[in-house]
Amino acid sequence: MEHEQQQQTRRKLVGKGLKIGLLTAAGGALLAKVFGQSGKAKSNSAKSSETVELMSTDGTLMSVPASAVSHQHESKSAYNPREGFPNRKFVMVVDLAKCRNARKCQSSCNKNHYITGENAWIKIYKMQDSERSAPYWQPTLCQHCDEPPCVKVCPVDATFKRRDGIVLIDNNRCIGCRFCMAACPYSVRVFNWSEPWQGTFAEQYEYTPDYAGVPSQRGTVDKCDFCPHMIDKGEMPHCVSACPNDVFSFGDLYEDSVTNGSGQSFQLSKLLKDRAGYRLMENLGTQPSVYYLPPSDRVVDFEEGLKNYTEFESVKKH
Amino acid sequence: MSSDYDRLVSDLAPQKFGWKGSVWVSFLILIILIGAYCYIQQVRQGLVVTDMRDYALWGIYISNFVFFVAVSLVGSLITAILRLSDVKWNTPLTRISEIIAVAAVMMAGVTIVIDMGRPDRVLNLFIHGRLQSPIIWDLLVVNTYLVISLLLLYYPLLPDLKILSKYFQKKAKLSKWYDRFSLNWTGNAKQHKIYSNATTTLSILIIPVAFAIHTVTAWLFETTYRPGWDSTNFGPYFIAGAFVAGTGAVIAVMYVLSKVYHLEKYITADHFDKMAKILVMLCLVYLYFNINEYLMPTYKSTEEEAGHLRSLYTGEYSWLFWTVIFGGLILPVIVLLFRKGRKPLPLFIVSLAVVLGAWWKRYIIVVPTLSHPFLPIQGVPESWRHYSPTLMEWMITLATLAAALLIITLLVRFLPVIPIHETAEERKLIEPSSNN
Ligand code: SF4
Ligand code: SF4
Repeated sequence: MEHEQQQQTRRKLVGKGLKIGLLTAAGGALLAKVFGQSGKAKSNSAKSSETVELMSTDGTLMSVPASAVSHQHESKSAYNPREGFPNRKFVMVVDLAKCRNARKCQSSCNKNHYITGENAWIKIYKMQDSERSAPYWQPTLCQHCDEPPCVKVCPVDATFKRRDGIVLIDNNRCIGCRFCMAACPYSVRVFNWSEPWQGTFAEQYEYTPDYAGVPSQRGTVDKCDFCPHMIDKGEMPHCVSACPNDVFSFGDLYEDSVTNGSGQSFQLSKLLKDRAGYRLMENLGTQPSVYYLPPSDRVVDFEEGLKNYTEFESVKKH
Repeated sequence: MSSDYDRLVSDLAPQKFGWKGSVWVSFLILIILIGAYCYIQQVRQGLVVTDMRDYALWGIYISNFVFFVAVSLVGSLITAILRLSDVKWNTPLTRISEIIAVAAVMMAGVTIVIDMGRPDRVLNLFIHGRLQSPIIWDLLVVNTYLVISLLLLYYPLLPDLKILSKYFQKKAKLSKWYDRFSLNWTGNAKQHKIYSNATTTLSILIIPVAFAIHTVTAWLFETTYRPGWDSTNFGPYFIAGAFVAGTGAVIAVMYVLSKVYHLEKYITADHFDKMAKILVMLCLVYLYFNINEYLMPTYKSTEEEAGHLRSLYTGEYSWLFWTVIFGGLILPVIVLLFRKGRKPLPLFIVSLAVVLGAWWKRYIIVVPTLSHPFLPIQGVPESWRHYSPTLMEWMITLATLAAALLIITLLVRFLPVIPIHETAEERKLIEPSSNN
């Protein structure tokens, strides 16, 4: 019970976290930034009896009275979709030991980005590195490379890298040459070969690069956007919150912390060290922002995922 | 002026189309119109009318583009290299190769726009162009090459245009146009000096630009990580291939022109023989590059390369791959080693095989690589794993080829295919200018 409560509180705090540039804890001795899933936290009006949990830079959790915590909100107007959130550097950790190909991340991503094509932006690959090694499921999305080959080759700066690490596409500028697709070694980019036909909803939104797919444009490229539109609201990317198995953790490299769908936070460096995290195709020098934890000591059997496996489909058609 | 000179001019002056010519032009226009209709459909519906999809993201538009770039390279080979090395036998071939170069590089530009998902935004390349992208390099060199090629075609025409203006005196309008385009050429010493300086400068300039246009096109592929493209050999490999394709094209065109316009006196069996020998040499160089390109990755057989190579050697593309290597390179070399094989007609047939092989070779470079990405192909319709161009794609591609042929045909209709002035000079029918 106590644990649950704790988690509740943490969630609340974490909810605000995204917008909190700096959290100054009592005595000013502790500086920490935390963020995570959305909650109904009203931290600003928090009563003094409430406590919140903070994580220090070395990973220890401590409770402090909520009243002692002050929030520094970043001014929203200062946010430029081409520049990104100041002083952030987003990372993701994908725990392969937990993935059982539930494909909830995929369906949630498809739904929330209104994907109407045949190729989902996040795919769960059925992998097996060599004949005698164990098969596993590998959710794969844009790796938001720090040395992105796609950005390098784009002739018109339609694909761009932001300071917060996110790689986005400006669909109003893309000329549809598909060079970025050829350059991406992770095959994560998809093209709108025909009119996306997303329905009337498309007209409700004004296009902005930080909400990819809303609306999609014929003749241009789309891909996973790391959900800046969710981050901006203080929420987690769709895949992270949709996964029933907490496969994904999302966070900030500068804060050295990632949080999973259930709101549990981890110290990134410790997690990667303990679990021997790695990145895909490290040898190519693309410097991805997505880390993988190897599929060892698996929580679920690989076979369990087979019932969801559809070799030729990643976007459900109704 | 001697009657020999008059005969020369009347032999070489452009002629009206006969009925065959008219049928040919109508045929080309028909193909272009069909292609244009298909392209309009493509613009309206999107690239979905092609068989390209997220894995086979480039197809015959791009391979056709590489082909055009390859063919255009020959303008510099025949014109510049031979001109600079002061070889005289090739005079009758210079204009043909310049015309081919201009037509090919123009269509290369058109083809790349055809491939774009948003051709309406083509101006973004100028508004937002970023120098770090190989596409911008290509844009720069292709346009530079086009300008230099046009000038290299135009300058040597000046004396000929004057000659034609005189020759067509009876047709006042035509004569006037020739006169206008001859830019008051009188052939005095000063003009000659500027003329020869200009052509020499252009001949020198065009060589690095020609190499650049093809090297940069190779870099479009080489700058990615993909197996089959990730090669340090690609620039020279493409250039070697381009020489083969372009020389094949020149031989084919010169054969047709010599037959149609009865130019056997000017384009002789000796010319064909010499071109055949050049072609053999170029094919051997290209074979050498192919061995490098395929043998070393085969030897190492990394996991990524192996899948790609298997599809070429024994898999899906093996039929095409071996046909191109044997039919388009090895067999031509064998045939051309025999004196009989270097006679105009057999050489013409061989050159067609070489050009056709060169076209498909570009296909083999572009397409198979794309169906072997690093991560497995999963979660897309099964048809996306293979690429076979749709009818629309074929019609549009054929239209670009027809358009190139039409440009050649029209230029040949109004320009002397064999430089009159230079030929007359070489045959000592007129006083050679003091500066030559
Ligand atoms: S994974 Fe691909 S699309 Fe994403 S940043 Fe890296 S190269 Fe670009
Ligand atoms: S397809 Fe669009 S985003 Fe990709 S390289 Fe071309 S212009 Fe840039």
